[in-house]
Amino acid sequence: MIAGGSPAVGWKRLHPLSPVVRLGRGLLPVLVLVGLSSVQGHHSPSSQYVIWIALVVFGVVFGVVHWLVTRWAFDGTTLRIETGLLRRDSQQLPVARIQAVDLVQPFAARVLGLAELRIRVAGAKAAHHLSYLSEPEASDLRARLLAVHHGLDQSVPEPDERPVAVIPTGRLLGSVLLSASTLGALVFVALLAVLSSVSTAAAAAVAGSLLVYLIGIGQGIWRRFNEQYQFTVALAPDGIRVRRGLLSTVSETIPIRRVQAVRQIEPLLWRLFGWCRLEVDLAGMPGHGRSGGGGRVTKALLPVGPHQSAAVLRQVVIGSIEPPLSEPPRQARLKAPLSYHFLAAGHDGVMAVAVTGRVQRVTCWVPLEKAQSVRRVQGPVQRALHLATVHVDVAGRRVGAKFRDRAVDEADRLVQELALLSRGARRRVSVEDTLAGVRSASGSPDGLTPVAGPPVTAPGWFADPAGHHQARYFDGRDWTEHVADDGVTSVDRR
Amino acid sequence: MTITRSAEWKPLSRTLMKMRFTEIAVVGVVAAATAGPAAWSAGDPGAAVAAVAAVVVCCGAAWWFVHNRFRAWGYLERDEDLEVRRGVMVQRLSVVPYGRMQFVEITAGPVERLFGLATVRLHTAAAASDARIPGLDPQEASRLRDRLAALGEAKAAGL
Repeated sequence: MIAGGSPAVGWKRLHPLSPVVRLGRGLLPVLVLVGLSSVQGHHSPSSQYVIWIALVVFGVVFGVVHWLVTRWAFDGTTLRIETGLLRRDSQQLPVARIQAVDLVQPFAARVLGLAELRIRVAGAKAAHHLSYLSEPEASDLRARLLAVHHGLDQSVPEPDERPVAVIPTGRLLGSVLLSASTLGALVFVALLAVLSSVSTAAAAAVAGSLLVYLIGIGQGIWRRFNEQYQFTVALAPDGIRVRRGLLSTVSETIPIRRVQAVRQIEPLLWRLFGWCRLEVDLAGMPGHGRSGGGGRVTKALLPVGPHQSAAVLRQVVIGSIEPPLSEPPRQARLKAPLSYHFLAAGHDGVMAVAVTGRVQRVTCWVPLEKAQSVRRVQGPVQRALHLATVHVDVAGRRVGAKFRDRAVDEADRLVQELALLSRGARRRVSVEDTLAGVRSASGSPDGLTPVAGPPVTAPGWFADPAGHHQARYFDGRDWTEHVADDGVTSVDRR
Repeated sequence: MTITRSAEWKPLSRTLMKMRFTEIAVVGVVAAATAGPAAWSAGDPGAAVAAVAAVVVCCGAAWWFVHNRFRAWGYLERDEDLEVRRGVMVQRLSVVPYGRMQFVEITAGPVERLFGLATVRLHTAAAASDARIPGLDPQEASRLRDRLAALGEAKAAGL
């Protein structure tokens, strides 16, 4: 053990059952392999079992030693994790730099009442793990970490959340089955049926590859179903809480401030039911290395749901601003015959929206203060048709709003205008940040108070100053008549 | 909407043209020196002439392409952002605000160093932001880097 640590630090161990869960997760594929090889029975069994037993013993010893040498402590400002037998690894996670604390429960851990804490810290490449703690201990530590992170005493309980949406199992199943891959499988089976009526031998030959294909599709369907089962979205002051999972459950908080862009995706078959998927792009760590561009994390806010739910969630994340959309000129039909029917884009002072897509419609909202750069790109075909595409890039790889195939003079104007507007939006937000910092330093309660005079605060939903409703929309200068309760908006003229 | 223009579009250094010309010439001479004798040894003087002519035509096309590309490339330092335009077939214009810069990179490959040139590249958090200025004199490259770094610090904004 490392000497010199402050004596007040109360070191704690992980749960004694954690080696069992770790081993269980590692053992499953091994057992499957053993089962397969014993069924095939190619090799002499005795020598093989010796190898497997040796592997298991090694795994047990490794797990127990890992458990013995790992300990953690939380002193109110820093979470420390120490691990490693030969190469001692001591991690200090300052609470102020924590970005997210996720609670993950793989199936084995859930059965034993354990949970893993996954802690993401700004600037770190990977998440830090505490696996495993008992379930109450994990959620207690998570609440304490988040409380301290928000500048409260660590005994302050986790703030209440307001459930917004739960995805019904039937709808999730339907959405998963109505995907393009299922359609492909159906087409494949139909072809096979036709083929078998013509020639049995040919059908038998194709059936093998079909089986592999079907297994692949089945796995994909199962994975999506397993991951998004009982998808629950709730609003809390510290972000959007998402809980999901069938066998292994995940509980995560999406920090609204780190959302770079919101995307609404409507696949062909889903449109029959008026369903869509809502995704957000989060900024990962700031760019490292020469390839540039930070990592990107895409998270589903709503795996499948009606447009109203998506609109409510979108409103929470980026406000309810709907810039007027306009279509590209008619000659764009020649450039993009398959996607022309979807193409549209528009912007106002705070938001850029672009609709693209061929078979599935993708609508992308980018708050202008998040814009990293603005680009105008014109290919040879576009030049012949006097068109150009304007991109608003946000952090990450190839994400952003694409104003596809606009008229050249409009594109030229757009580039300058979007650059100017995003600069203004950025400035507004940084002023707001400064004000918020001053306010929180002076110890006033949360909830932004608008500053009279020039529009220095970004428009958005804030706690209703009148107190009649949960939230009221602030348009950058004045409080409006738009209010929201439990995610439902209404109009209240004071 | 009026944009205050603090400067004019700046072209790349003419030394870059010399460098590209040298590169094409060297490759062309090597190609001609291998293709010509090879065709000659095959016993057909006409083929040798045709091979050398093909190399010359290719070099000419490459020169034309590089020349146009050079002329299309330019950058404009404005009060709040840097504009970079480039491309002949696909024309691109990038507007990168100074406040969004994460870091500025100067690179100089062996050939570039031989001609005393450097490439300045601007990185933002978006991978798509595409602001690269090749073929700058070292003084201009350092000046640009220092200016960009200073402006970036002054106008920095969080993600």
